[in-house]
Amino acid sequence: MDSLGLMDNLELKRYLVYLHLMNYAKSQPDMAMMAVNTFVKDCEDPNPLIRALAVRTMGCIRVDKITEYLCEPLRKCLKDEDPYVRKTAAVCVAKLHDINAQLVEDQGFLDTLKDLISDSNPMVVANAVAALSEIAESHPSSNLLDLNPQSINKLLTALNECTEWGQIFILDCLANYTPKDDREAQSICERVTPRLSHANSAVVLSAVKVLMKFMEMLSKDLDYYGTLLKKLAPPLVTLLSAEPELQYVALRNINLIVQKRPEILKHEMKVFFVKYNDPIYVKLEKLDIMIRLASQANIAQVLAELKEYATEVDVDFVRKAVRAIGRCAIKVEQSAERCVSTLLNLIQTKVNYVVQEAIVVIKDIFHKYPNKYESVIATLCENLDSLDEPEARAAMIWIVGEYAERIDNADELLESFLEGFHDESTQVQLQLLTAIVKLFLKKPTETQELVQQVLSLATQDSDNPDLRDRGYIYWRLLSTDPVAAKEVVLAEKPLISEETDLIEPTLLDELICYIGTLASVYHKPPSAFVEGGRGVVHKSLPPRTASNESTESPETAPAGAPPGEQPDVIPAQGDLLGDLLNLDLGPPVSGPPLATSSVQMGAVDLLGGGLDSLMGDEPEGIGGTNFVAPTTAAAPANLGAPIGSGLSDLFDLTSGVGTLSGSYVAPKAVWLPAMKAKGLEISGTFTRQVASISMDLQLTNKALQVMTDFAIQFNRNSFGLAPAAPLQVHAPLSPNQTVEISLPLSTVGSVMKMEPLNNLQVAVKNNIDVFYFSTLYPLHILFVEDGKMDRQMFLATWKDIPNENEAQFQIRDCPLNAEAASSKLQSSNIFTVAKRNVEGQDMLYQSLKLTNGIWVLAELRIQPGNPSCTVRAPAPATPRPWSLLSLPGQGLALVEDVVQASLQAWLEPQSVLSLGRTFLESFQLNPVKLPR
Amino acid sequence: MKMIHSLFLINCSGDIFLEKHWKSVVSQSVCDYFFEAQEKAADVENVPPVISTPHHYLISIYRDKLFFVSVIQTEVPPLFVIEFLHRVADTFQDYFGECSEAAIKDNVVIVYELLEEMLDNGFPLATESNILKELIKPPTILRSVVNSITGSSNVGDTLPTGQLSNIPWRRAGVKYTNNEAYFDVIEEIDAIIDKSGSTVFAEIQGVIDACIKLSGMPDLSLSFMNPRLLDDVSFHPCIRFKRWESERVLSFIPPDGNFRLISYRVSSQNLVAIPVYVKHSISFKENSSCGRFDITIGPKQNMGKTIEGITVTVHMPKVVLNMNLTPTQGSYTFDPVTKVLTWDVGKITPQKLPSLKGLVNLQSGAPKPEENPSLNIQFKIQQLAISGLKVNRLDMYGEKYKPFKGVKYVTKAGKFQVRT
Repeated sequence: MDSLGLMDNLELKRYLVYLHLMNYAKSQPDMAMMAVNTFVKDCEDPNPLIRALAVRTMGCIRVDKITEYLCEPLRKCLKDEDPYVRKTAAVCVAKLHDINAQLVEDQGFLDTLKDLISDSNPMVVANAVAALSEIAESHPSSNLLDLNPQSINKLLTALNECTEWGQIFILDCLANYTPKDDREAQSICERVTPRLSHANSAVVLSAVKVLMKFMEMLSKDLDYYGTLLKKLAPPLVTLLSAEPELQYVALRNINLIVQKRPEILKHEMKVFFVKYNDPIYVKLEKLDIMIRLASQANIAQVLAELKEYATEVDVDFVRKAVRAIGRCAIKVEQSAERCVSTLLNLIQTKVNYVVQEAIVVIKDIFHKYPNKYESVIATLCENLDSLDEPEARAAMIWIVGEYAERIDNADELLESFLEGFHDESTQVQLQLLTAIVKLFLKKPTETQELVQQVLSLATQDSDNPDLRDRGYIYWRLLSTDPVAAKEVVLAEKPLISEETDLIEPTLLDELICYIGTLASVYHKPPSAFVEGGRGVVHKSLPPRTASNESTESPETAPAGAPPGEQPDVIPAQGDLLGDLLNLDLGPPVSGPPLATSSVQMGAVDLLGGGLDSLMGDEPEGIGGTNFVAPTTAAAPANLGAPIGSGLSDLFDLTSGVGTLSGSYVAPKAVWLPAMKAKGLEISGTFTRQVASISMDLQLTNKALQVMTDFAIQFNRNSFGLAPAAPLQVHAPLSPNQTVEISLPLSTVGSVMKMEPLNNLQVAVKNNIDVFYFSTLYPLHILFVEDGKMDRQMFLATWKDIPNENEAQFQIRDCPLNAEAASSKLQSSNIFTVAKRNVEGQDMLYQSLKLTNGIWVLAELRIQPGNPSCTVRAPAPATPRPWSLLSLPGQGLALVEDVVQASLQAWLEPQSVLSLGRTFLESFQLNPVKLPR
Repeated sequence: MKMIHSLFLINCSGDIFLEKHWKSVVSQSVCDYFFEAQEKAADVENVPPVISTPHHYLISIYRDKLFFVSVIQTEVPPLFVIEFLHRVADTFQDYFGECSEAAIKDNVVIVYELLEEMLDNGFPLATESNILKELIKPPTILRSVVNSITGSSNVGDTLPTGQLSNIPWRRAGVKYTNNEAYFDVIEEIDAIIDKSGSTVFAEIQGVIDACIKLSGMPDLSLSFMNPRLLDDVSFHPCIRFKRWESERVLSFIPPDGNFRLISYRVSSQNLVAIPVYVKHSISFKENSSCGRFDITIGPKQNMGKTIEGITVTVHMPKVVLNMNLTPTQGSYTFDPVTKVLTWDVGKITPQKLPSLKGLVNLQSGAPKPEENPSLNIQFKIQQLAISGLKVNRLDMYGEKYKPFKGVKYVTKAGKFQVRT
């Protein structure tokens, strides 16, 4: 075949010359310059391979002087009749862009490249996509890959026919598209699914990314959703039989996938069993996934495996296996006992690092299941001397301190640690200090000396500020108020969470969009580690959107509540009469029972007062810019001053964060004007002070006769608010006299869903008549003091809430930083559970609990310098939490109503009027699953 | 997507013996981070495949005692890189018969030509072996002699027209005097067997490798007796997925020569037959410097076929100094440095089961080892696909000649591990 005459082949010679030029042009630019003419000529060669070669080589010559000469030939090649030339030219645009971006834009190559996405040849499409993706990386804001259903269709067609590498480019590009509805998402998924059977694992993982992302948009009720779930498992498992390097990347991604959708791999536990000749990096990842998949159904198998691993040779792996046993105990309660006995067996082996690791996890088990496994303490104590790692020593000391009353020689044990106090690590020192103080509080008589000793060691001889501070605190506590000390030191411990190392939900969602990339290997958003963070755009999972209004997905708003309209505060007259008949205060009055203005004032109160002030801190901003009243009946003008003072109140409160200060109190507003109530004017507000709610009323007699015999009653309402005591007006109210009354409220009254949810209908009676009005109470009076959810519980709960139930709101003009917002919110019992900074944005994770036990979770994103913040809060899929509440006389139908209503409000952010409203609405109408 | 910036090839003793840069030169010193990780890993197989350094990422694979270390500068799918690196190694294997330092050094010109063709400024260009071979001829003894006399090169005499084709995996104008199509159905059993002999985990990893030497543009259809076994399959790009989905027939225009047609997995949910059992008793006495070792291998679910090529490998605990064993058949070696015992058993004759018995010498004074060694078993069964998969027929369209067709089955142990 190969004759010696082949060197006559001119084309081939040219090919060789080009290859060398590519490599040497940079070092010899002048030489390259001489070749330009040849390139230009060769771009017209009849042989497409030569044309392509010329254009390929041109792009590789990174010499500025030359690039200008390349534009014309490149333009021709981009429109060449031969697809091979077009495909090569597409890549050349990306190369050229890297050398001189401006030139490429000026020459209009980007548009030509965009046109190539619709090319008839799949390889051209793939390369155009690849080139555009690369260029887009350096221009995150440009809409280079502005995809629409037509171009998506082109991509999907090309996907079937291009090379494996091209498929990866196309799939990664598809993953950035957001389908307009669930139907489109499903049809894309259907066409991407065959890629799961590709031999190239990178193609498989890119396809998994597209599917995981678009699945978000599919309703779980769809048959297709289940089919897709089933189809995802085998390819993921297959990745685990590939080369170890591929396995590693696959496992890191599977770790994300099982956190997001555990159902995909829940039956595949066994494939994660560790083989003894797996590389260590694969072993550790498999172990991690085994724990995530552990459940009551498979715990026996998992434990048997872990026990096996704990006797392996590799120290890191054995340690992690022992730790995993502890995690199983905490995750699956039924297995706790077996885990503990397994750990005890391991302690018997006396292998030093196994013993230490076992003690660390047993401490956690004690923490989670107090007073259950203390019988093992004796065994643990036997190993005291062999502990040389700080973590194990600290754990052991914690155990001794915690169970000091059951360990006869606890004082001796702790004393033995005390001897080398200064050589211990800080962790051990702190733990020792606390343990001895605990011991002292439990056995004060025998241990006085010991506690003196440790306190002086900690406060006088140590230069560690943390240790000194803790020492002083204990010292003062013990010397001033031993009872308080006991309460503080021996307080009940917060529950330890089931899942550890969970990735925060927002981050997890973002990482799902980055499946298959370096970000997914490091479990960090790309911005966190890619050099310079250049060109990184935040990705997020698409929201669920139904194509068809009639689907029964819960978020579809029922007709009849047009967005943008103020919820109707005034009920139809008939309704109100009907409801109030139950009040049994006397015959209903004829004529309009409600004063429009008073109702408006109620709304105003909600908007302008309490709620705004929770977030806003410019008094002018609230009465003025933010307040958008739907009607003008109540003049906002009269709000300015009182709100200002309200704000300053709020500021005062923030200084006392953490103390038992009350939340913000709105200024009083007129609820019932005199002209509507035969001379009786009622204004009022709601307050919450240390767990008690009250309605502060101001009654003014503007009539000419004396008023007596006051009584008040509430109609049934959403949160069961009811007067906790009768309305006590001690003396008759003479004309022009005003009396201030604080009416304590309870939340044990009858419950009925109101529209809006915080609507309260009140009847007031006096010797003259019965008057009716309705008002809106600010929801924050219902936020209870223990509304701070445990961090781990928060994570777990958040994760459980389906994404489709999430709502997002923007709060504009809120120039607070995270600290200020957090403390401001805390004064209203909205607690910051966790805080995180992602690229300069502060993310606050907030929780609050309503009086009826409903938890509300929200995420608050604050960008410094940008006076708006985003609230993202989920609502549950099922009305379960409501059904757990006592709703006397109300069936489940009501429960569903409430949830429906809340979801509906969620989905109509337009209907939300102003800043404060928006913010509170996001908390208010958002019942969340009760923690189990 | 500037996927790979640079590639370094490193041998086990840590010498960088080849480097290739696609855009700009990255200093060799970047590999220091790799060496650092290598040192930490103790064992070469344990070097993490993704390493971050202050300015780059290093993504590496370990193949045939060589490290292929690529330098990455932007966010890029690591699997993309790893797959590509494996493809490079496959290509070397294909061209030089082995992927070794010696072979690469001997053919350094071809290696650079290949790398240049396979990756163009970060975009994979030609990774199909048949396209590459049109352009860059694999070395043969004759050619290298001729080349050295005439000063000619390895570059082929035609341009790679396959790149223009819609089926890039097949070159045009293939001609054979004997037209043949062979298929090897190879199944490997991955299993973990616990001490008591019950199966903890087992699955079958199967592949069908093809060797197709057919002239022209043949269009093949391969069907199975029991295609339902194949529910988790990865396909060569030549296979028409739709046909498979609808008819469970593999329909394709094959590449020329050797290639992997499909790989498949028969998971543990289906019962996986375990063809051998091992009786074992390995014990170490407390406070004495010896222990006993006794293993016997026998056939289990072998479908009446002979089990052959049996090898048992055991990583003994560190405190084992030496082993004095007697095999009833085959031969054994014990490496006192790596503590690896290898017993080359041969085949099982059911009349007299092979066993290996004897004493283990331990380091005196050391505590008795806690860990129990795992036994790693290799074996082979000819003419059997343990899953039961059977090829039904092969049909050829598009060409007129009658090809010679053949199917071979073999079952092997994959990662087959017995705990003691």
